Amino acid sequence: MRKSLLALATGLLLAGSVSAASAADKLKVGFIYLGPIGDLGWTYQHDQGRLALVKELGDKIETTYLENVPEGPDAERSIEQLVRAGNKLIFTTSFGYMDPTLKVAKKYPNVHFEHATGYKRNPNMSTYSARWYQGRYIQGLIAAKMSKSGVLGYIGSFPIPEVVSGINATMLAAQSINPNIKVKIIWANTWFDPGKEADAAKALIDQGADVIMQHTDSPAPMQIASERGKLAFGQDSEMIKFGPKTQLTSILDTWGPYYIERVKAELAGTWKSEDSWGGLDSHMFAMAPYTNMPDEVKKMAEDAQAAIIAGKLHPFKCPIVGQDGKPVECKGGDHLDDGQILGMNFYVKGIDDKLPGK
Amino acid sequence: MQLVLEKRAERSGTIALVSPLIAVGLTIVTMVILFAILGKNPLLALHAYFIAPLTDGYSLQEIAVKATPLVMIAIGLSLCYLANAWNIGAEGQFLIGAVAGSWIAVRTQGTDAGAWVLPAMLVLAAAAGALYALIPAICKVKFGASEILTSLMLVYVADLFLDYLVRGPWRDPHGFNFPTTAEFDPVATVPLLIEGGRLHLGSIIVLLVVAAAAILLGRTIKGFEIRVVGAAPRAARFGGFKADRLIILTFAISGALAGLAGIIEVAGPIGHLQPGISPGYGFTAIIVAFLGRLNPLGILVAGLFLALTFIGGEQAQIAMKIPLDVTKVFQGILLFYVLACDSLILYRFKLVFPNRQVARGAG
Repeated sequence: MRKSLLALATGLLLAGSVSAASAADKLKVGFIYLGPIGDLGWTYQHDQGRLALVKELGDKIETTYLENVPEGPDAERSIEQLVRAGNKLIFTTSFGYMDPTLKVAKKYPNVHFEHATGYKRNPNMSTYSARWYQGRYIQGLIAAKMSKSGVLGYIGSFPIPEVVSGINATMLAAQSINPNIKVKIIWANTWFDPGKEADAAKALIDQGADVIMQHTDSPAPMQIASERGKLAFGQDSEMIKFGPKTQLTSILDTWGPYYIERVKAELAGTWKSEDSWGGLDSHMFAMAPYTNMPDEVKKMAEDAQAAIIAGKLHPFKCPIVGQDGKPVECKGGDHLDDGQILGMNFYVKGIDDKLPGK
Repeated sequence: MQLVLEKRAERSGTIALVSPLIAVGLTIVTMVILFAILGKNPLLALHAYFIAPLTDGYSLQEIAVKATPLVMIAIGLSLCYLANAWNIGAEGQFLIGAVAGSWIAVRTQGTDAGAWVLPAMLVLAAAAGALYALIPAICKVKFGASEILTSLMLVYVADLFLDYLVRGPWRDPHGFNFPTTAEFDPVATVPLLIEGGRLHLGSIIVLLVVAAAAILLGRTIKGFEIRVVGAAPRAARFGGFKADRLIILTFAISGALAGLAGIIEVAGPIGHLQPGISPGYGFTAIIVAFLGRLNPLGILVAGLFLALTFIGGEQAQIAMKIPLDVTKVFQGILLFYVLACDSLILYRFKLVFPNRQVARGAG
């Protein structure tokens, strides 16, 4: 009896190693996720990108992901685990993985890394991100048209440049419609925490905001806005099912095409360290259908989107006046240059809030 | 009729040792069933969880790195719990230690400070952790406030204080507003034991702590006093042992160790101060302390075992696409069985019939 059990055990282990061997011929691609794949926001969209990748190149690659990896001491180990499991191209999908990714990248020069939304690169470490501020600008236009109270509610995650530039783009657009528009900002200090995000939405509505915008990842604020009969913008993914009468539009992260392009390059041996920062024209992100608004507002939004894609409209068009009343230096000719947007660390005039830590 | 738990009279040392092993065995049986239901090969899954991480040097290092703070904190907690002092706030003491030690690192950043920086950080962190733990201890002794509540609540105070510092005064000026200090200078970093690896000096320190605790408990009067005060408070009073003084002492030691663990984690694997430096080490250490039967060597084993489930869980996620949630279920089941086995071995169920007892008493 014991012998047969042992034989069974060996057989099973052998079967396991055989299947591992056949998988070894395929390119292994790894992903590190911040939230659970079911967060219906940021991580969900990255996983949709991964699934699109599998659909396109599934016969040539094998993908693996680690979810719920905190941006702390465990991140470096998780990334290294993927390397040691044989992954040759690894996507680390949150800003906070920047230093851990760089550490592991320096240690394994033959493995390629792709870090989302960061600014540190290495010969084997690319960065990729999207010009979401373009979408925020369109949202700002819509918000100013739709708000009756003239107060917008904004749920921020961390006061990093990406989030600050989103707030500024929103406000510049909104001010172009209604110069007296106000914005209330609450920093949730988290990317994903439905409870905190919901509390923030409630507090903003209690302070008079009637259009809620968020830079956090869960649909909770949308649900609160829906309960209270207010309007809101989704984030990262299509959230209309959480607020069929609430969602105006949503910035949709569409990572699939980028992931497919980079993996194809890896397969062809032409992968290079790059800095990709795609806008609406590059399909790095898209806008969800414009809903719950009058036709003329919808038309305005669509026109703005077309103008941005055509390069005729730049959200950070000069002159821009800072919160301190002084004009901001214009390094990109008639608009701010990419460096200024990537490192944005100031509010524009009219934002009645103090940038944390300033 | 009533169902009560009655303490068994006999209590052998062997059983106390076997109980956690039974619990581990039962956990494995349950996991095999769970893996089978999930459609995963149970043998391969168990291999990924328990065997694979033990077979290469890299994973062994990672287990040691992960176990270091857990064991360090749990040793201190075990002294408290043996003396009947319930420190639940090790997480807060961990954070305060990390903050205090980081203060030196932040202050000396970019200066030509010498090799004194790291030792000073360790000492200051331990002192700060001890002082922070003394708050609930003194409230308990002087005012009779529940140390369970006060120590727990101080965790949130520490957490928010750290948050304030890294978002405000200590924020890296070149960090694009991300809430973190700049990377510590080399003199403020815990040295690695293996070039290119992750194993650091903290793992050696923790072994010294385990040895010191074993000697304290096994060979000194103080250790005897701790155990007597916890096990038989009345006898201890007759023996002239002062329970209050012991609460203060054990809280201070456990706070110091938690603070030390905090700075070692920050100046070691992380390399800078940021929010979220602890994925709940201070709380997980409570589990480690009890899983290790409040015995220093037991705690070392328990800490390594728990670290193994973390690393193994990650490898199972990679190798077999087993979701992270299963690892959490796994840890939960393990604790459930440990507690259940303890209860059933140290106690027995008894049906009590109140009427008959009264009758017997009258007869």
